[in-house]
Amino acid sequence: MESRKTMTDYRIQGATGEWEVVIGLEVHAQVTSNAKLFSGASTAFGAEPNSQVSLVDAAMPGMLPVPNRECIRQAVRTGMAIEAQINKYSRFDRKNYFYADLPQGYQISQLYHPIVGEGQLLIDADEKAGIPEDKVIGIERIHVEQDAGKLMHDQHPTMSYVDLNRSGVALMEIVSKPDMRSPAEAGAYVRKLRSILRYVGSCDGNMEEGSMRADVNVSVRKPGEEFGTRTETKNVNSVRFVMQVIEYEANRQVDVLENGGTVDQETRLFDVASGTTRTMRSKEDAHDYRYFPDPDLLPLELEDGFLDECRASLPELPDAKRKRYENELGLTLYNARELTAEVETFARFETLLAAAATKIGKSEAQVATQVANWALSVAPGVLKSLGDEADPANATAQAQAGILAMQDKGEISGGQAKEIYEIVLKTGRDPEEIADAEGLKQVSDTGAIEAAIDKIIADNEDKVAEYRGGKDKLFGFFVGQTMKAMQGKANPAVVNQILKDKLG
Amino acid sequence: MSDILDLGVKDIRDGVAKGDFTAREVADAFNTAVAAASELNAFIVTTPDHATAAADAVDARREKGEDLGKMGGVPIGMKDLFATKGVQTTAASHILEGFTPQYESTVSQNLWDAGAGMLGKLNLDQFAMGSSNETSYFGNVSSPWKKDGTNAAMSPGGSSGGSSSAVSARIAPAATGTDTGGSIRQPAAFTGICGIKPTYGRCSRWGVVAFASSLDQAGPMARSVEDCAIMLEAMAGFDPKDSTSLQMDVPAWEASLDADLKGKKIGIPREYRMDGTDEEILKSWEQGKEWLRDAGAEIVDISLPHTKYALPAYYIVAPAEASSNLARYDGVRYGLRDLPDGAGLQDMYAATRAAGFGDEVKRRILIGTYVLSAGFYDAYYTQAQKIRTLISQDFSAAFGECDAILAPTTPTASFPLGENQDDPLAMYLNDVFAVPASLAGLPAMSVPAMLNADGLPLGLQIVGKPFDEQGVLNAGLAIQQRAGFDAKPEKWW
Repeated sequence: MESRKTMTDYRIQGATGEWEVVIGLEVHAQVTSNAKLFSGASTAFGAEPNSQVSLVDAAMPGMLPVPNRECIRQAVRTGMAIEAQINKYSRFDRKNYFYADLPQGYQISQLYHPIVGEGQLLIDADEKAGIPEDKVIGIERIHVEQDAGKLMHDQHPTMSYVDLNRSGVALMEIVSKPDMRSPAEAGAYVRKLRSILRYVGSCDGNMEEGSMRADVNVSVRKPGEEFGTRTETKNVNSVRFVMQVIEYEANRQVDVLENGGTVDQETRLFDVASGTTRTMRSKEDAHDYRYFPDPDLLPLELEDGFLDECRASLPELPDAKRKRYENELGLTLYNARELTAEVETFARFETLLAAAATKIGKSEAQVATQVANWALSVAPGVLKSLGDEADPANATAQAQAGILAMQDKGEISGGQAKEIYEIVLKTGRDPEEIADAEGLKQVSDTGAIEAAIDKIIADNEDKVAEYRGGKDKLFGFFVGQTMKAMQGKANPAVVNQILKDKLG
Repeated sequence: MSDILDLGVKDIRDGVAKGDFTAREVADAFNTAVAAASELNAFIVTTPDHATAAADAVDARREKGEDLGKMGGVPIGMKDLFATKGVQTTAASHILEGFTPQYESTVSQNLWDAGAGMLGKLNLDQFAMGSSNETSYFGNVSSPWKKDGTNAAMSPGGSSGGSSSAVSARIAPAATGTDTGGSIRQPAAFTGICGIKPTYGRCSRWGVVAFASSLDQAGPMARSVEDCAIMLEAMAGFDPKDSTSLQMDVPAWEASLDADLKGKKIGIPREYRMDGTDEEILKSWEQGKEWLRDAGAEIVDISLPHTKYALPAYYIVAPAEASSNLARYDGVRYGLRDLPDGAGLQDMYAATRAAGFGDEVKRRILIGTYVLSAGFYDAYYTQAQKIRTLISQDFSAAFGECDAILAPTTPTASFPLGENQDDPLAMYLNDVFAVPASLAGLPAMSVPAMLNADGLPLGLQIVGKPFDEQGVLNAGLAIQQRAGFDAKPEKWW
């Protein structure tokens, strides 16, 4: 059995024919907030175990939760960013189960009345990945809930330790509809969601630190048939792993079905080392969580003023920004996408664009393409080639704008721009000063160029005759010879003009 | 100094302020009385040092001419459901035996800030679950009262049985109680004292070991309506640490006490006339009407049609919340841990909770777990919540026709310890008149009316509109003035 990707559809090729994969994701995103969802304790990552635990987080007798307004605000802003229904009335429910990392014996979550209802997210076409066109993925809901603590099994030969630093940290659970049909779509969904969360500032999207993780729901069916039974693989913490889980699970389920078995509705775990999943608990062992409204908390009622503030504080979002880059800045779709995918990328680009436009004295739209090419390919290339020799702190917008301005005026060539930038990155010196001091400037002095061309014409009479006889291709030869004679420092435009004049 | 023990909150506060005696003298007298009353088993731990330190501080303030506070110089008993910093807090359970909080509950802190001191932590039904104070891990509490001609130990009621016993025995002028489904009012009625459960949200629940969060309310237990008004003023107030706390100023209940009920209508709910209600209870109810009429009130018949569903609904909602609230007692972080050899996590939970909880607590955890289970949730919990809404609507409609409601507090007088122990349903019936006001979150008070033919106290209950503690206290005061209840138990301990 092997998977086959076509232009339009991802299918598992089974013995009995093609199978379609149906995927839904529940993404848990840690809310960016200095304090936990229901207690004042800090949320910083990497602190000493149990150093960020309030009486509430440790579930001491008589302790009560009080909602943290900032966490609610971030969930609402996230909902607005995915164009979702914001529920002005929502409620917290208790999800009851026993575990050593769950001090209260229940998790405060929102089952019956989540704060955010239906919304949607657009994943971008990516033909290479098998996504032929843009696709809208439905989002069922977002609710807020408490994170649990962490068990540590490697501290003692026979005992497990508990770290409650994470206990009570606010999570958003973002539940998609079962709208994805391939690992690539799921990967694109997670990347896009992460991008939006980071734009909004409601989650740092750091999957390695566990700030974002996904429960992956997978089922298979013959195209056009009813949904199959799904499995849920818990706590997958990278885009690549999400895609691996789907690939593995879909193939496993097809195997089971084609061998006459049935897929069990169960919870599974992903094993990173082997790239496989295994049963965590079956439906029979499924917890009865005994959800009921948390009597310690009043229903959450959002006022219009609060919602207005949430909306007003939203930044330009990735899709809108990409369209603006295309339509107003005239960038290519590719460049616009690359520049808007990450918060840091567009932030750097927009700073550089503003600086370059000012320095050059043109509008942003007039210089955008030049700046985009610089920002996406030239500058990262130089930085990478220098390795440790570069001090990234020297990569200021002012310095880069200076280089771009010299290039725009024809004072330096593309090659010289790279050389100057290398020195900038190594030393932090001023680019104009470098150009002067290091002789990294194009010669636009027509006298020097004319002299060089006169000599080349004199030395190559045969070629001149051929050219004049109609062999236009030889023009490149004369340009090359001239540039060589000028040691690459001649302004190509000036060289072209003089050559044309002299060759007739 | 025996006369000091007969003094209530107001008398002590005013006496200390005037210099009739020192706060230290008061504290010493009550500390001595507490130490001599161990047969009642009203206290789990005594804290004489806390009482004397608070008294000395009040005396020192008086020396300097400073304000002494609303409860300045009054030593009280603290129900052992309130977390007290540095003092063992057990909820009368084995699972929290030895647990010493590093924090002080808001209500107890409010009382210390008002100049009160603590005589000790009062016994109660385990986790406040019980109506007779027979479920405490630390043993039954005895009422100071005896049935005429018998020597059997009587129930002080529950769950605030240590509080009612101590206050009626005059080893504490007042005590805190908590009321989830009658746990202040029923023990007050059984022991001939006053107790008020304020509107839900008046007193912060922060630092009070939770039983059923949507019902739990703290309140004072004392021997007069005035004393309850004073102490409730000290206990109540908005607390940002409790999301269900009422964001309202605390009224000047004491200063506004007024027993003149002219223009007030008192409702008599016809559904409270239940089969099996004690004849003497009905007689006291009739007497109560007369007293209130005498105070100027008009007596009107009202209907609370869903009353008969209140008790079943309560015994779904309260255990459901309790089953979840008590999940935190798991042996992992504090309190009892029973870790058999080779046990895993689940074994530890099972062993710890089996050893740490008493039978009644286990019964309610089981009931609560059952009614929240998949497949039963809608049939039980959802239905019970609907009933709760209907009961609230009953009261809202009734309060269109009256200003307060008069009813018996309990269907019977106190009973001997052990009598109802094997019949949980009979025990639950004790709270049949108390539970509706709890479900509706209304202020409700019990005041002593008379002794029955056996020489046991009977209480009358006043239920008020939301936030109208004043109306409840005023009607209570009218009854108190006319009942002239001054019986006190014969000292046998």
